[in-house]
Amino acid sequence: MDANIVPSKAMPVQEMDVYTDTRDYLAPARRDAREMGFADWFICDIDAHHLETVHWHEVIEHIEDPVVRHQAMMYQKERFGAPPYGLNGDLGLRYQDVGGRIPHQSGQREKVEETDVHRDVTLTRRAMQALCVDKMVVFPTPMLFLGMHPQADMEVLLTRAYNKWLTERVLPGDEGMASLVLLPFNSPEEACRTVEEFADKPGVIGFTVTSTRYKPVHANEYMRLYSMIEETGKPIAFHAGYHWQDPSLATCNSFLGMHALGFAWCNIVHMTNWVLNGIPERFPKLKSVWIESGLSWIPFVMQRLDDQYLMRMSEAPLLKQMPSDYMRQNCWYTCQPMEKSSEVGLKATFEMINAKTQLLYASDWPHFDFDAPRVIAEIPWIDEESKRNILGMNAANCFGLEPKLRWK
Amino acid sequence: MRTVRICREDELEDQGKTVVEIDGLQIGVFRLGDDFYAYKNLCPHQGGPVCQGRIYQKVVEKLDPDMKSRGRDFDADGVHIVCPWHGLEFDIRTGKFAGASDVDIMSLEGYATQVQDGDVYAIVE
Repeated sequence: MDANIVPSKAMPVQEMDVYTDTRDYLAPARRDAREMGFADWFICDIDAHHLETVHWHEVIEHIEDPVVRHQAMMYQKERFGAPPYGLNGDLGLRYQDVGGRIPHQSGQREKVEETDVHRDVTLTRRAMQALCVDKMVVFPTPMLFLGMHPQADMEVLLTRAYNKWLTERVLPGDEGMASLVLLPFNSPEEACRTVEEFADKPGVIGFTVTSTRYKPVHANEYMRLYSMIEETGKPIAFHAGYHWQDPSLATCNSFLGMHALGFAWCNIVHMTNWVLNGIPERFPKLKSVWIESGLSWIPFVMQRLDDQYLMRMSEAPLLKQMPSDYMRQNCWYTCQPMEKSSEVGLKATFEMINAKTQLLYASDWPHFDFDAPRVIAEIPWIDEESKRNILGMNAANCFGLEPKLRWK
Repeated sequence: MRTVRICREDELEDQGKTVVEIDGLQIGVFRLGDDFYAYKNLCPHQGGPVCQGRIYQKVVEKLDPDMKSRGRDFDADGVHIVCPWHGLEFDIRTGKFAGASDVDIMSLEGYATQVQDGDVYAIVE
């Protein structure tokens, strides 16, 4: 035995669980941020989440329809053990934490003593501090499935209630937080009303179509919406999701398989319709952002559409460039979850999408496949300018943000 | 090389663990029966605090002689530490990523352990 024995000290957090403070949970990311000097970098996280259902009793207070609002409030008050009023959700939400293996996915029940701002502001600040993020866009979670709601009116009521709650109760708490407000896309006129009412609200930097839905994005009824969004100068985003009841995905017996395909599939379909129907030609200044489908689907769609377009150009007469050109020039992509098991594949993807200008960092915190900024910063084959662009400056350009350093 | 005292042997129950810190280095020490295993608290996947995760038994799929699936079960012989960031599972006995068993994907950084006079030690470079 070595005579020079040194003592150790037990760590204060022995095991992470749903009560663990976000700052403890993300302490290794904080350490990385210090070592990599991220305080000097503008880092913008285009896709983080909060769990809106924790505060659903607050959200439903903003439902416009007085009868539905009353029904919702009575339900939330008196029904025991029931899911949040009005939400359709998805079966897959029950499996995301892999049976308790990834506790932060299950819930964030950590202690919050601050009372000057909404609890979600405090939780978001903690994540921003740990990840050294200067600007963080927050998305809801179960509401991502509202596009599959059997009642189109309920999508309208709940997205409006959420948008109002978020912009009135949450976003004012911290100027570092931002939103791409939800569009009730199954009701085009209501989606237009959302743009009219929320485009100029503080913290609103764009608009979101939750991608899990069976609506063709090229339908004529959406042209006014796209025109209005183009006029604002703010992007339209397609936030991916899954739908396990989709007949093809229903053949997948694991969340792993269903999620891997589902989060890409919805955006593959929408992108195909978006490009082949010439939306980028009709609205050349309209910026589209494709969120949370990872990256590996993009080279596939680019090559597939280019190949088929050459043989069937009469079916896409609005195109003046190859489909992949539009995908590279008019579209932005968030990196998460960044599939990186093949460096060759990832390199090719970065080149094909022109990552230096089109790729945006997204954490997806606190979900099970979140990415810390190091996934970009530690890539050895891109230069520092590219890293700074991807982690923040591309978002600053795309969304018109001031690259203000919060943690310097 | 340093010899780091971790804890008393009887402070760790079977399939228990402790995570300690020494000069900024975080080490997780695990007990399986009479054996102790020590690893750096750093997941090779994305730098997560792997040793502060939960311990799970390995999941296996049961196949009958006709290769039909008969569901899944836990295998008490396979004990994994699961990184709480992304759920990667590592075999506590080997430190290796516990999936894709025919190939070497990634491993935890391990340290030798010793037990002497009822105290558990890790030998750190």
